[in-house]
Amino acid sequence: MSLGEQIRSLRRKLFGDPARAFGSISLVLLGMLAIAPAKNYFSEWGHYQKGYLKLIRSRADALTLARHFSPGFQQIWLPEMDVVDRCTTCHVALKEPSLSDVSRQPYRPHSPIPHSLTQFGCVVCHRGQGRATTVQEAHNSTKAWEHPMLPSRYLESSCGQCHLGPLLGTPQLNLGRQLIAGYGCVRCHTVMQPDGTRMMASDDPPSLQHIAEKTTRQWIYAWIKNPQAYAASVTMPNFQLSDHDARDISAFLMAQSTPLAAIHNQPAAKGASASPDATAGASLYGESFCASCHAVQNAAGVLVGGDLGPELTRIGSKVKPEWLEAWLRNPSVYDPNTKMPHYRFDPKQIATLAGYLEAKTDSDLLANVHLSEATPDQIQHGKLLVMEDGCTSCHEVNGIKKPENFAPDLSRVGSRSLAVLAFPEGVPHTLPDYIEAKVRNPRAFGPGLKMPQYTFSEQQRSAITTALLSLTDRAQTQPPALRTAAVHESNYQPAGKAGRLMADLRCFSCHAINGRGGDMAPDLSWEGSSVQRPWLVEFLRNPETLRPALIRRMPRFNLTPDEINTLTDYIMIVYQTPAVDRDSLPASSFTPDMVEKGRQLFYSKYACQSCHIVDPNKDKGYIGPALWAVGSRLNAAWVYAYLKNPPAMRPGTLEPDQHLSDAEARSLTAFLMAQKSAKQAGKK
Amino acid sequence: MKNGTAIAILCCLLVLAGCNRPKTSPAPQATAHGAALVEVSGGKQVAQAGMELDQPVVVQVNDAQNNAVTGAAVVFRGPAGVSFNPASGLTDSSGQLSTIVTLGGVAGRYVIRATTTDAGGKNVELKLDEIALGYQQTLGRELNRQYCSRCHNPESTRERVSNYDNLTTKPHAFTEGDALNKMSDADLAAIISHGGPALNQSPEMPSFGYTLAKSDIQALISYIRAVADPPYHSAGVVYAKK
Repeated sequence: MSLGEQIRSLRRKLFGDPARAFGSISLVLLGMLAIAPAKNYFSEWGHYQKGYLKLIRSRADALTLARHFSPGFQQIWLPEMDVVDRCTTCHVALKEPSLSDVSRQPYRPHSPIPHSLTQFGCVVCHRGQGRATTVQEAHNSTKAWEHPMLPSRYLESSCGQCHLGPLLGTPQLNLGRQLIAGYGCVRCHTVMQPDGTRMMASDDPPSLQHIAEKTTRQWIYAWIKNPQAYAASVTMPNFQLSDHDARDISAFLMAQSTPLAAIHNQPAAKGASASPDATAGASLYGESFCASCHAVQNAAGVLVGGDLGPELTRIGSKVKPEWLEAWLRNPSVYDPNTKMPHYRFDPKQIATLAGYLEAKTDSDLLANVHLSEATPDQIQHGKLLVMEDGCTSCHEVNGIKKPENFAPDLSRVGSRSLAVLAFPEGVPHTLPDYIEAKVRNPRAFGPGLKMPQYTFSEQQRSAITTALLSLTDRAQTQPPALRTAAVHESNYQPAGKAGRLMADLRCFSCHAINGRGGDMAPDLSWEGSSVQRPWLVEFLRNPETLRPALIRRMPRFNLTPDEINTLTDYIMIVYQTPAVDRDSLPASSFTPDMVEKGRQLFYSKYACQSCHIVDPNKDKGYIGPALWAVGSRLNAAWVYAYLKNPPAMRPGTLEPDQHLSDAEARSLTAFLMAQKSAKQAGKK
Repeated sequence: MKNGTAIAILCCLLVLAGCNRPKTSPAPQATAHGAALVEVSGGKQVAQAGMELDQPVVVQVNDAQNNAVTGAAVVFRGPAGVSFNPASGLTDSSGQLSTIVTLGGVAGRYVIRATTTDAGGKNVELKLDEIALGYQQTLGRELNRQYCSRCHNPESTRERVSNYDNLTTKPHAFTEGDALNKMSDADLAAIISHGGPALNQSPEMPSFGYTLAKSDIQALISYIRAVADPPYHSAGVVYAKK
């Protein structure tokens, strides 16, 4: 039988008469109708759902789990957030904490987070393609979808889309934002935050307008060649300048510098600078608590001291002696915006301290720097380089304006399209990898790029990437109601004579008042409600430490009695809280019984001696402030209010709210107010 | 003719060399073999999920006399998601090999294995536990740093002086699984919320129930469970019998 005959006989068999034709076509139709359910049945997600049912069958809570399970396609749809997430089709057990021992995906329950799944969906945090229905398309990037799932090391970036301020549970994000502000990234790059404010830098690059008064051309040369060689802790990046470029830039910076007469018009200390006394210098450095802000490398190479001011390990190789003396005399003469207080040292102290600091040299630093006299061509070229490299984005330089939009805007860098990015070889094609590689080695992305080289640790890089990834399109466009605002620093400025004095002493470098200022020292917004005037006068005259365990301490500013009076009056009258009436608990309201009751509460019921010292011979706790003279320091009404709710009166305090009853709080206050200083006790 | 053969052989060799080039870097050739593998440092570190551990993991290869062996090959392996830099190498002059470990993206304990072969070709293995924290545990760790570690962590640093030595009743370090694993979540929540006296313990432990939110206390417990040594095993949910 030939092929043609076979076909003809088959056709006769199937469509020979109307009944046969009807039957055949019905069968074909049935088969076609079965395609859709079959596709579902054999689909990837169907496979996972069957696997889940098999998994829970043998578990003790199988019935509950099966009741929670709904078969078929699942979808979270949040129109106002543009979320269509089908992830829960396969990830069926996200809300089943009893499956926490299951490690197999997609059956793991979601680890506990403060948000509900149905409120935000999945891709808002994890990225990936929520609409996809296959594993490959949902998790990885495809041609049509550029943003694969976010690796978990950057996951905190997603929190940052709504939470514009720091969160306790997101240390990476917080660190990244701090670094971006603290290393001045936002001086070149614009970052507009979703709340419409511009991200501000928190570093303090000095003006270079009078640089020749401060340092030498040799030092500038060595510094711009490699800032980290001078001090590993500096924030200035390495611009990888050639010897020629560094020579020309240093020539230009010296040439543009204008003299500052005020520095030279000061009487020199008589004969004191001739013989710097190292021991006296070291003890003055210690007494003045310079180490609260400045660090110095010790013999073991460990940095000791704070990071509010620059590291001083090699300061003697950097600054000119006459500049240093002028700076110690009054820093704001050279830099009106400095954070350093005006210490009011006497000429002898200045000479001693300057001598001590000048001895901190490093002969290797400038040993190989040999510069000949600068030529006009070099200076001209240097100026060009200073403009091209964007030095004036951070530093003020005479004759050159701060450039606008010097570097790409990063306001939406977390959603940047991969198509517009040029990846160097060896960098995986994902946005996090691109950002991290860029922060690691910016110049590897092509010749002629200007971004300098930073020396970040692996963790710091990852934190910066996390913070940058939080700057997404979604963050900018989502409903404002979802945003949790950041706390922006207020522009509070005390006025009058006291205000000028506080500005001169740079109180805000360490203390916060009314929403402005540093966090190194206690917030003083309510100081006037809390302390007694004689104590404050004595403290400003000679600050003794309240916390034995603390390294950073308030320095002595050598204030005149008049200045102390002005400051004390202002603080006592202005910095009050309405929550405390200073006169509501006079000393006469405390009976010896209450004092005794308070003593028992202090030592037995609440064991306050674990953290506080009332009797220096017996008590040992040194985490909280020492209380042996607290009755001469604090106001009774404040102590009472504080004991009733410590975190409310001093936000961020370690001391928990123990819900003392009114009577208990009053007895404890009576006991504490009975702890007078030796001087006051002696008077009575 | 001879020249031609030589060139042909050379070409063949070159082609073969090309073919043999492996796609991943091979384990380095050991120049010596040890008998034991010991941990020098880096075990039981705590990091957020997906992050590098702060300190490198350092292992040492010793011979039967417990002397360090230089040039022994060590290979690091871990569960899915864990990566090592480097993943293998030869021990240095002090018999040690150090690697930077990046944990997987899922919170929990990761067992990483270091292996070396002894002279007889047998594998010698060392297991180390590392701990990855999820969101809740990370929050717990930050709360611990803020409120608890001053007393519960006996170690002082330059910036943070410990109060441990000043206390009459010594608090448990959060890693003390032997003591803390015996306490139920409810007990831990009670002692954090209401202070030591709630469980007949020292009043030196104050009550944090009015200072911390319930979710914060839950986060602290979750952190305590995560870092416990020996590891904590939840009793699981108990259901009534059918």
